[in-house]
Amino acid sequence: MSTTIHPEPQLDRSITVNGSPTALGNVAVHTTALDWLRDRGLTGAKEGCAEGECGACSVLVARPGTDTPTEWTAVNACLLPVASLDGQEVITSEGLGSPADLHPVQQELAVRGGSQCGFCTPGFVCSMAAEFYRSGRTTANGHRDHEHGPNGFDLHALSGNLCRCTGYRPIRDAAYALGEPTADDALAARRLAPPPPPAATAMEVDGAEFLRPAELDDVLELLAESPEAQIVAGSTDVGVEVNIRGVRKPLIVAIDRLSALREFDFGPDEVRIGAAMTLSEIERLLKGRVPLLAQLFPQFASRLIRNGATIGGNLGTASPIGDTPPALLALEASLVLASRRGERVVPLADYFTGYRQTSKAPDELIRSVLIPLPLEPLTAFHKIAKRRFDDISSVAVGYAVDVEDGVVRRARIGLGGVAATPLRARATEDALIGRPWTERTVREAAAVMAAEGTPMDDHRASASYRSAMLGQSLLRFYAENASREEASA
Amino acid sequence: MSQLSERPQQAVVGLPLPHESAALHVTGKALYTDDLVVRTRDVLHAWPVQSPHAHAEITALRVERAYDVPGVVRVLTGADVPGVNDAGVKHDEPLFPTEAMFYGHAICWVLGESLEAARLGAAAVEVEYKPLPSLVTVREAIAAGSFQGTGRHLSRGDVDEAFRDAEHVFHGEFEFAGQEHFYLETHVALSLVDEAGQIFVQSSTQHPSETQEIVGHVLGVPSHEVTVQCLRMGGGFGGKEMQPHGFAAIAALGATLTGRPVRLRLNRTQDMTMSGKRHGFHSEWRAGFDGEGHLVALDATLTADGGWSLDLSEPVLARAMCHLDNAYWIPNVRVDGRIAKTNKTSQTAFRGFGGPQGMIVVEDILGRCAPLLGYDGIELRRRNLYRLNDTTPYGQPVRHADRLESCWSQVSENGDVVRRRAEIERFNAEHPHRKRALAMTPVKFGISFNLTAFNQAGALVHVYKDGSVLINHGGTEMGQGLHTKMLQVAATTLGVPLARVRLAPTRTDKVPNTSATAASSGADLNGAAIKNACEQIRERLEQVAGGRLGISPRDVRFVDGSVRGLTFDGESLRWEEVVHDAYMQRVQLWAAGFYRTEGLHWDANAMRGEPFKYFAYGVAAAEVEVDGFSGAYTLRRVDIVHDVGDSLSPLIDVGQIEGGFVQGAGWLTLEDLRWDESDGPHRGRLATQAASTYKLPSFSEMPAEFNVRLLEKAHEDGAVYGSKAVGEPPLMLAFSVREALRQAAAAFGPSGTSVDLPSPATPEAVYWALEQARSSVRVEQLEASGV
Repeated sequence: MSTTIHPEPQLDRSITVNGSPTALGNVAVHTTALDWLRDRGLTGAKEGCAEGECGACSVLVARPGTDTPTEWTAVNACLLPVASLDGQEVITSEGLGSPADLHPVQQELAVRGGSQCGFCTPGFVCSMAAEFYRSGRTTANGHRDHEHGPNGFDLHALSGNLCRCTGYRPIRDAAYALGEPTADDALAARRLAPPPPPAATAMEVDGAEFLRPAELDDVLELLAESPEAQIVAGSTDVGVEVNIRGVRKPLIVAIDRLSALREFDFGPDEVRIGAAMTLSEIERLLKGRVPLLAQLFPQFASRLIRNGATIGGNLGTASPIGDTPPALLALEASLVLASRRGERVVPLADYFTGYRQTSKAPDELIRSVLIPLPLEPLTAFHKIAKRRFDDISSVAVGYAVDVEDGVVRRARIGLGGVAATPLRARATEDALIGRPWTERTVREAAAVMAAEGTPMDDHRASASYRSAMLGQSLLRFYAENASREEASA
Repeated sequence: MSQLSERPQQAVVGLPLPHESAALHVTGKALYTDDLVVRTRDVLHAWPVQSPHAHAEITALRVERAYDVPGVVRVLTGADVPGVNDAGVKHDEPLFPTEAMFYGHAICWVLGESLEAARLGAAAVEVEYKPLPSLVTVREAIAAGSFQGTGRHLSRGDVDEAFRDAEHVFHGEFEFAGQEHFYLETHVALSLVDEAGQIFVQSSTQHPSETQEIVGHVLGVPSHEVTVQCLRMGGGFGGKEMQPHGFAAIAALGATLTGRPVRLRLNRTQDMTMSGKRHGFHSEWRAGFDGEGHLVALDATLTADGGWSLDLSEPVLARAMCHLDNAYWIPNVRVDGRIAKTNKTSQTAFRGFGGPQGMIVVEDILGRCAPLLGYDGIELRRRNLYRLNDTTPYGQPVRHADRLESCWSQVSENGDVVRRRAEIERFNAEHPHRKRALAMTPVKFGISFNLTAFNQAGALVHVYKDGSVLINHGGTEMGQGLHTKMLQVAATTLGVPLARVRLAPTRTDKVPNTSATAASSGADLNGAAIKNACEQIRERLEQVAGGRLGISPRDVRFVDGSVRGLTFDGESLRWEEVVHDAYMQRVQLWAAGFYRTEGLHWDANAMRGEPFKYFAYGVAAAEVEVDGFSGAYTLRRVDIVHDVGDSLSPLIDVGQIEGGFVQGAGWLTLEDLRWDESDGPHRGRLATQAASTYKLPSFSEMPAEFNVRLLEKAHEDGAVYGSKAVGEPPLMLAFSVREALRQAAAAFGPSGTSVDLPSPATPEAVYWALEQARSSVRVEQLEASGV
């Protein structure tokens, strides 16, 4: 393959690791950041699971921030292709401190018994350091519960890190004991300058290419020419394919830093969210203004994953158990699909066509997600899973309901985990709309809802539990909102 | 007070110190076996060819195609084994099988210049299988009569008569799941061959001596040609007691055949599909109670799901049978135990080693029967606790049984249990969709290896001319803080500051013939061996110092680096001076220490004797809240009082208690091993073979409030510096969580509802339990017969 849209391979690719420029080298394009770091002797970051579940590989990357120009962002190094870090700045546990000069995070973990076997510890250190440096950590703390420290530390920052030894209590205590970065803290100061710009990367090794075009048009051109190209943003899904299933794509195209895919606008009629925005960024930019999504975010995988995973990626994989589709279906969201042929808007409800199949053409790219305004007054996101943090849903339900004068005027319910695709619970919606918002209506509708979809048995849940959870979810939604309709009436 | 347990003044043991490697852990500088690869030249990487059948004969194995893959250097097959083709000590685990015994069984291994080359090479190996009938569940094995090893029988009293006299007799059946270790560091070995052909294996192993033994027998060389070193493990939990040997042997075999270092590191999927787990069990039981709620008779058959080979199943079963009583006096007991043979991974040691599997049966019985007997669980358990002078069903006196009552009342008091139970009652009355419950459960856990021979340990202590001390012992560090404790023991015995003592990695050429670091015994055994070595040196130095101070050697004391007489007013010498003098006087400044636990005897056939040096005790109270819509729950508060003797290292011990508790709660509530039990093409496949499908406790499972206290004035006369073992016993404190969930589910129904709760009690399991309670049908009435 060689056309003008393939930039010339450059030979001076490098990544700044712990302050030192380090040549990227001639590594295979599927090489993960974790393997690359470890091959360079930085063995602090570990492989615990190779699928972004355990966080032992966590490292810090200088990324664009929402409150400061740069935010030290913790990510799973096991999932990221190292090529995607071309020109970027990375900090590992080794770079935060040394045994003779521990970083505050390292100090607190060490003295409080926060490490036992120590294998997960460097990952915890990096995730904890990201939260330590989070801009506005201590000021914007509305929560006071056991998952939020008196210092504003949000325990969800560590939801993607597993420890098999400690039972977590000393790690939590260490996190909650952290103060503010000192005045001479270089990493704190680094946040005030912009992050490194995206490099226009073009790597070709052993016949496989990794490309990061500078413009959206270049990407669309590439897709038109090679629709089989593997698009990556956060690589939280593709990375698993690479590591666990040995998938080796000949052409990988990185889009996560394209400005055309990173628009965000909260307008009067709609919210427009660029497909390459990460879940963490969207959470921060929305500031709770879409309550349904605000309820979803903490339940979406882990902070480590949300820091990399993009909303476009979650929709692009079209998994029936993705977390955003049920919520976005309830919000009646649409997608802007772009290709060399132009752009079109597709309602999300028409987007999913089969198991991991969509109406997106091979040469199309999701450009943005549109959420119409105003929002319905009653919303909720229910996720049924084995574990409260960092789990994949057995069933997920998004609600957007309007009740006026005691009658259900509008109801949209999105479902995940109960069919080959995410879907709208149309029959249940019909059983609610126009009916009085009463327990009797809801009980009848719950029976309808329990029959939605075609749930199956697997290791996460039985089909009968999934069905039961659909009905129970609606009962719970009513129990949570029975009294609220008066306020909106 | 015994000489072994007595503490000197200003002892370094007892200080709350962080883990000795904490600063290395947090900075990423601590090295684990796989971190050595980048520091080693020309390493080859290994990848297995795994069976896609639960049971199949291998009719053809063609490896030639693998050599067409660039970078493939060597394919290892059974034909390459110069010694014994066995990964274990029972000759039932062929390292290279001719019959695939489980889905994922490694048939052969490919060595490549890169992991990628080895992986692609393995994919190119052609294996022909002739599928054979398979047994995947323990029930299938029982039905087919498929057992292995020796079945056991344990009894006391006249069970039949006791059932005739009992006021209430219940019976039931209970099958509960195993558990994946999920140590964060998977199995790994790195093997090198030196210029003299000696094999050096760095292995993540809890049992370096046995790894050495197996490597030796596979290679057909004596043990002195093999050295095994373990720097540290990223977690073990029993999973690296027996299972590392075969992987180390493959790496060693590859290194001898190629002359190059070979690294074998399993990725998570390989680790989960190839290595053994905690045994799931099936149990059938009959229990008799008198009119006051006393358990007077228990008859049970335990069937351990052993998987495809024996491994440690026999001692696991023995410990399960010896812990069926947990902390309860049961005058008449009959237990039959057997090991099913199934086409699964060979199940193995896991923290508690069968103890939890025995104890869960009696805790389940008490939890199910309490409402039927008209007691709440807390009262029923308390009235059945062992008292002083009671003996276990196998005939061992329950020494210090009064500590159970002490722990119980302290937890009750610290946890404000009476007030909180009243609060919970109010909460439940006010909340139709959420119910809370508080349960208390005890632990009594026997300490020592059931097999008496394993209760020995060695140590090597060097004092250098400058006064610095280097210790080496046979125990391995897997995060449990053993090395921290050993440093404290050495500093205490020698009377030197902790900073004077350094610990070298565990190696078989330093201390030979060691036992596994297992059975919670690491500190007891190795601590006593180190103390013994240090005492030999100290006694020699007493002679030297006594001469210089002009006092009797018996009156010389070593305290914090100074050496002086019994009284504080006389002359004192610095430790370094005495060491220097000793060297000049040609006094030996190093010693090998040894320890054997005294007073143990065990008749494995009769299942009688005193197999344990002592018992560790503890009590936990757990409060949960269950959501009636989904069965999801949160752990609101946990209070624990646990007996670690006089703690060697309180920060370490509290960490073991908390970590053990959460791991136990994981086993009982969350961790859900699922095997494909269908007749489809993937029958026998582990369906939960990754972190994404097998969920460990995360922050969300940690108790919101977690109060752990060590039982005070708990000196243990028979152990090093008065301490007790702590690794395993706290895991079983998590029964309190399971019982609280049972009670909370029951609270959705009418009072007196007996709830039958599966294990693990996942949200789905709890949901079905509370649905049954809610539907106000009395849940599966355990048949109350007056036989």
